[in-house]
Amino acid sequence: MTDAVIVTSVIAVNDELETPARRALRRLFARKGAVVGLVVIMAFIALAVFAPLIGPYDPVATSWALVRKPPSALHWFGTDDLGRDILSRVIFGARASLVAGAIAVGIALSIGVPFGLLAGYRGGFVDALIGRITDAMLACPFLILAIALAAFLGPSLGNAMIAIGISTTPVFIRLTRGQTISVKVEDYVEAARAIGNPPWRIALFHILPNILPALLVQATLSIAAAIIAEAALSFLGLGQQPPSPSWGSMLNSAQRFLTNAPWMALWPGFAIFLVVLSFNLIGDGLRDALDPRSR
Amino acid sequence: MLNFLGKRILQLIPTLFFVSVLIFLLQHLLPGDPALVMAGEERDPAVIAQIRQQYRLDQPIPVQYFYWVKGIASGDFGESLRIKVPVRELIAQKLPVTMQLASMAIVIAFLIGIPAGIVSAVKRGTVWDYGANLFALWGISTPNFWLGIMLIFLFSIELGWLPASGYVPLSENWRASLASTIMPAFVLGNAIAAILMRHTRSAMLQVLESDYVRTARAKGLSERTVILKHAMRNALTPIITLGALEFGTLLSGAVLTEQIFSVPGFGKLIVDAVFNRDYAVVQGVVLVTATIYITLNLIADIAYILVNPRLRG
Repeated sequence: MTDAVIVTSVIAVNDELETPARRALRRLFARKGAVVGLVVIMAFIALAVFAPLIGPYDPVATSWALVRKPPSALHWFGTDDLGRDILSRVIFGARASLVAGAIAVGIALSIGVPFGLLAGYRGGFVDALIGRITDAMLACPFLILAIALAAFLGPSLGNAMIAIGISTTPVFIRLTRGQTISVKVEDYVEAARAIGNPPWRIALFHILPNILPALLVQATLSIAAAIIAEAALSFLGLGQQPPSPSWGSMLNSAQRFLTNAPWMALWPGFAIFLVVLSFNLIGDGLRDALDPRSR
Repeated sequence: MLNFLGKRILQLIPTLFFVSVLIFLLQHLLPGDPALVMAGEERDPAVIAQIRQQYRLDQPIPVQYFYWVKGIASGDFGESLRIKVPVRELIAQKLPVTMQLASMAIVIAFLIGIPAGIVSAVKRGTVWDYGANLFALWGISTPNFWLGIMLIFLFSIELGWLPASGYVPLSENWRASLASTIMPAFVLGNAIAAILMRHTRSAMLQVLESDYVRTARAKGLSERTVILKHAMRNALTPIITLGALEFGTLLSGAVLTEQIFSVPGFGKLIVDAVFNRDYAVVQGVVLVTATIYITLNLIADIAYILVNPRLRG
């Protein structure tokens, strides 16, 4: 009995010494899946940044002598219908995917979080209005909304990012609102209000830091969804425009040559799968690491 | 219960209003004059003027919106600019195709996702659990268009078992119809199976720790009875409503899946319309999907209350 008490108090002391962020990191790194995910994403970021150094060939250089050659020592992933090196295109394609995932979610966060804070903190009519608009956006299936927006804005990678970002926004409005409502009744928020802080200050400095963990988890999972969506839009011709390499548009041209050149379809799809899987692993790991209940 | 239902249905009105505004405004996002875009290659001022008048583009936006909604209320979704067919007819023609795909996908998702979730919860921490979780991660992370392409390569090109594309209606030849839809349905169902598996697993884990399951075990019931009769029934009710909510995922997935397998359904309709700049069709399709989604949400909410006695009150 006494032993047990001592043990718990020692753990409590350790917990107090550790900042929440450090504890979350320690718990994240204790999860194999999340670590694998982080390593893979780091590798892809390195590929994207150093693409000109790592890519063996120019990703847009065509060659009639090399049309649809199977994987070989010179071209590890083979070549495509225009004789371009698939490995180089997969490496350069990481740029479009990662940038699109990050910027789309950045757009969604920068619109969704302020509106969610406003709705959750203010309540009343403002909340009802924002809530119904969010419902309306959520009622349109994510990809259909993104396709419609991208089509109306015009096909380009930038517009695809905007379309995906806007389509992702309602998720963040709803999450921020819900979290804000549960946090704003906490004592420390009451205290901040009691000493006369203006609402924007309370929202920004007292509520927002406390809902960051939930936002971080959702943002990671949303990057995964945004990368799939960017590939989908590029596949349909609404994202990255040829000849710039993107995994989605590579799959589109691969489909036409499935009988003669199946390798064209294998690698870009596998790259999307790996990146999306890794973000999902990190997101799952973060959720477990940041969840106070699983401490 | 009635009170809740009333409130819930009242909430639908503003939601539907904003959905219609959102879809209507899509058209006005476009830079430039919509009449010019609608006219396409046509540069004849008379034709453009006629389009402007026909679509009331010369009137203020709220007036245009009013007439648009008025038309929809009476079942008039406008006319396809490209093929000059009423949008309503196009939707009526394509919707059943996607519905067949979607129903098959849901059946596949339930057949895979729920048993996998139950097994992984009951055998927590074993190879089975590990395998089921890997399957779920795989399902969530695989882009469905890539999975579709790989399946075509394997089953149509390499093995020659299934047609790579096309669609045969159920009424025409059910065998050929199933053969033409099984791959796209699997592609669609796969991602949802993964989501269902994860939810079933966590619901089962929660239920397995509950008092009534302990009681059932203490009574000396066999493990099989405890799991199948006591635990599963309670764990699955929220999962079934979740199935309805995944409908949005299905429709999003159908867009690309139908494109890859050349299935002439809703998804292909909207993609073709997008590329033909056929705005009336895009608006009609998005509006119909949103309305179906909102209705299914409502049904799911009602079903959830009906099966959960504590919420009935």
